[in-house]
Amino acid sequence: MSLAVPALRINLSRDDLIMRAGVVAFVGVLLLIVGLPLWALLAKGFEDRNGNYVGVANYISYFSTPALFNSALNSFHVAAVCTAIVVPLSFLYAYALTRAVLPGRWLFQGISLIPIFAPSLLPGLALVYLFGNQGFFKGLMGGSIYGFDGIVIAQVFYCFPHATMIMVTALATADARLYEAADALGASKIRVFFTVTLPGAKYGLISAALVVFTLVITDFGIAKVIGGNFNVLATDVYKQVIGQQNFSMGAVVGMVLLAPAALAFIVDRLVQRKQVALLTARAVPLIPKPKFGRDLFFTLFCTLVSAGILAILGMAIWGSLIKYWPYNLSLTLANYDFANFDANGWESYFNSLRMALGAAIAGTALMFVGAWLNEKTRGFGAVRSIVQLLAFLPMAVPGIVLGLGYIFFFNAPNNPLNFLYATMAILVINTVAHFYTVGHLTATTALKQIDPEFESVSASLKVPIWKTFFRVTVPICLPAVLDIAIYLFVNAMTTVSSVIFLYAPDTKLASVAAVNIEEAGTTAAAAALCVVIVITSAAVKALHLLADRFLFARLQAWRKR
Amino acid sequence: MTNFLEVRDLSKRFGDFTALGNVSLDVTEGEFVCFLGPSGCGKTTLLRAIAGLDPQTSGTIRQKGRDVSALPPAQRDFGIVFQSYALFPNLTVTENVGYGLVSRRQNRAEIKARVTELLALVGLPDSGAKHPAQLSGGQQQRVALARALATSPGLLLLDEPLSALDARVRVRLRHEIKALQRRLGVTTIMVTHDQEEALTMADRIVVMNHGAIEQVGSPQEIYRRPATAFVADFVGSMNFLGGTLLAADKVKVGDLTFTCPAQDGLAPGLKMQLCIRPEDVRVRDLPADVQNRVPVEVGDLDFVGAFCRATLKVRSAPGVLLTADFSSNLIRDLDVRLGSHLDVALPPDRLRVFAA
Repeated sequence: MSLAVPALRINLSRDDLIMRAGVVAFVGVLLLIVGLPLWALLAKGFEDRNGNYVGVANYISYFSTPALFNSALNSFHVAAVCTAIVVPLSFLYAYALTRAVLPGRWLFQGISLIPIFAPSLLPGLALVYLFGNQGFFKGLMGGSIYGFDGIVIAQVFYCFPHATMIMVTALATADARLYEAADALGASKIRVFFTVTLPGAKYGLISAALVVFTLVITDFGIAKVIGGNFNVLATDVYKQVIGQQNFSMGAVVGMVLLAPAALAFIVDRLVQRKQVALLTARAVPLIPKPKFGRDLFFTLFCTLVSAGILAILGMAIWGSLIKYWPYNLSLTLANYDFANFDANGWESYFNSLRMALGAAIAGTALMFVGAWLNEKTRGFGAVRSIVQLLAFLPMAVPGIVLGLGYIFFFNAPNNPLNFLYATMAILVINTVAHFYTVGHLTATTALKQIDPEFESVSASLKVPIWKTFFRVTVPICLPAVLDIAIYLFVNAMTTVSSVIFLYAPDTKLASVAAVNIEEAGTTAAAAALCVVIVITSAAVKALHLLADRFLFARLQAWRKR
Repeated sequence: MTNFLEVRDLSKRFGDFTALGNVSLDVTEGEFVCFLGPSGCGKTTLLRAIAGLDPQTSGTIRQKGRDVSALPPAQRDFGIVFQSYALFPNLTVTENVGYGLVSRRQNRAEIKARVTELLALVGLPDSGAKHPAQLSGGQQQRVALARALATSPGLLLLDEPLSALDARVRVRLRHEIKALQRRLGVTTIMVTHDQEEALTMADRIVVMNHGAIEQVGSPQEIYRRPATAFVADFVGSMNFLGGTLLAADKVKVGDLTFTCPAQDGLAPGLKMQLCIRPEDVRVRDLPADVQNRVPVEVGDLDFVGAFCRATLKVRSAPGVLLTADFSSNLIRDLDVRLGSHLDVALPPDRLRVFAA
């Protein structure tokens, strides 16, 4: 018989108290920037235009209005078709990058990333130049580029790098010994592909499919530019809110849009959890050997795909430099004189820079400190799992839905924070919240990779935990910190969806200005603004790579033996 | 002598799993104690509870008379070295060793003198400017030791400090750590799964299994008089012969009867395990009336360098095997080869008997 011994209550050290207070404060911040805006959105869907509670009336009217409900079907249709195209395409491209010997491999890899640096508007604009009513190849198109076809082509361009990055990671982690074993057992190439390669990339394929599906269904810019009368969920939200000022119905459409994105996200998390168990630390990396036929095929394939990407980017650049498409093809910089097209002129670009810089600095600090608090706090499990949930939530929330939630939450007259509304600060906060999950994950991964006993050692030496944070943790995680900052900067430069509801005349961003200019019918100036954004974000990324290679290699010599 | 550390009824549970069950232990000042056991036996759990890193579920710990049971690590008095060393990779050796001194607001000259002294102590006087990645595993280990000792803690905790090193370095560092510990007189607890390490370094060994202490004793006691079948099996090599107790000092194995140390209070007829170490099996110069004589046939001879480990088949009991260590001399002198017939003896004072 065992006597019931009272459980021991451990005294908390000053470190523990500081950390727990930090975690609680952090939960508060996440609630403010993610949880409550979404709650406001959810609540709004149950109100009529005057703010009276009406139950599910809005939802009933949504699903019984064919014009609205059709958009949902359209969104699913486009997303399914794009997924079916992008996943095999990116698989082949990633296969070429990882399993074939390509001349100029780094160039192919670099080109495949270009779309990341562009606002989603850009491929839409390029397609207008190529196949639009006055396009070069209008004759080649059976019907109009505006609508389903245009959206699909532009989405393929826009989603391709995201899927390719996932596939490269999935294929690069292959274990060479499995292939050696299959060879030794005399398996045919086809059999090896289906029994080793494909199962190894299975989770990557699923993950890529879900990411593409989510990106397409939540993207706003492409459907806006080239969707024509083909309505999708994301543009419906915009139309309901900006066009008809029907906020409640906007909220309902937002919730409908949230469902598939959230579902895809949950499936992806479940799949990725399995993948972790699949990888072994002792795998021997696979290094492809030259093989003429295969290498030739993949070089041609990659050249073709890269040419497509460059053609779309090139078309946008060329279009932005042309005087009067398609009648006067002489070159000019006049389209870059934005003051002629938008009241803000170049100011919107500088707003974008300010916003991106602010998001990069404030967001990185919040994400890294938050992830650190959550990783290193002893005990306090329940609160830490709330943090985990709140930090993962933004990934499942489409930008336009989050943006709408921000209107409802921050613009509410009884919210003491409504002084933030229509300021630069709210754009920064919204962008940080929108892209929170990836940064949090990057920071958490980096923190998990460092020795968990650093904090134990500090405690035994009576050194406060925050001192170790600044002296040891941050310097060690500096590469991850920079990755987060660059990721935030690039996304802040290119994002349209979530900030489109939140800007004021004097805080308009370049990507939003491009939407407005395009709406006013000046394709060339919109393209010019997109080109400026691409150049800026690509340059920042290039600077990061150079700095990583030369500057930090010297500053962080301790990493090398 | 007063107890420096008193552990009373310490338990640690994770849900239904009991990692430590009511463990009690005393450590005297200046002692070198080893927690020895297989992985998962609770030895690291006990060490981390003593440090306050993973607090116990119940039970008390007193250090120098002070109840530290509920104190966080920062309010306890210990230095610790981990298996991974946990050296800060971005700081130099000097900065690592001085890490705990800087926050104590000592002046720079004092810190510098102390770090120099410590680096000399662990035999790395010229490595202060290097970063950990530039050092070998053994050198990193010493830096970690210097860092743990820098603040002159009353208790030094070593969590498998040598297991990441290769065999040669490990043997050398055993002696160095032991010598250093003797010189400084710091009370030390080391966790290890390596019995040789425990036997060579410890003043006292605590053998653990399944979250409980099996035996506490000096290395000689643990080796010569294992208290349980587990300790007998885990520490060193041991023959286990299954038999039946005939009388207090007689055990029957097959049709052989062995004389053994008297077992008081056990009823005849009980199933027993008769144990003897391979090096205790006698072969040479057996008197005619030697006790526990066993006629055997040599079944196998494994050359292990300094001696041969022989597998002997007991001729009167098919299936009963006995291992014995034969020196090279013995093999030459007696012309031992596969299939040789020999008589061996199991000296009664070297036999251990455990209820099966």
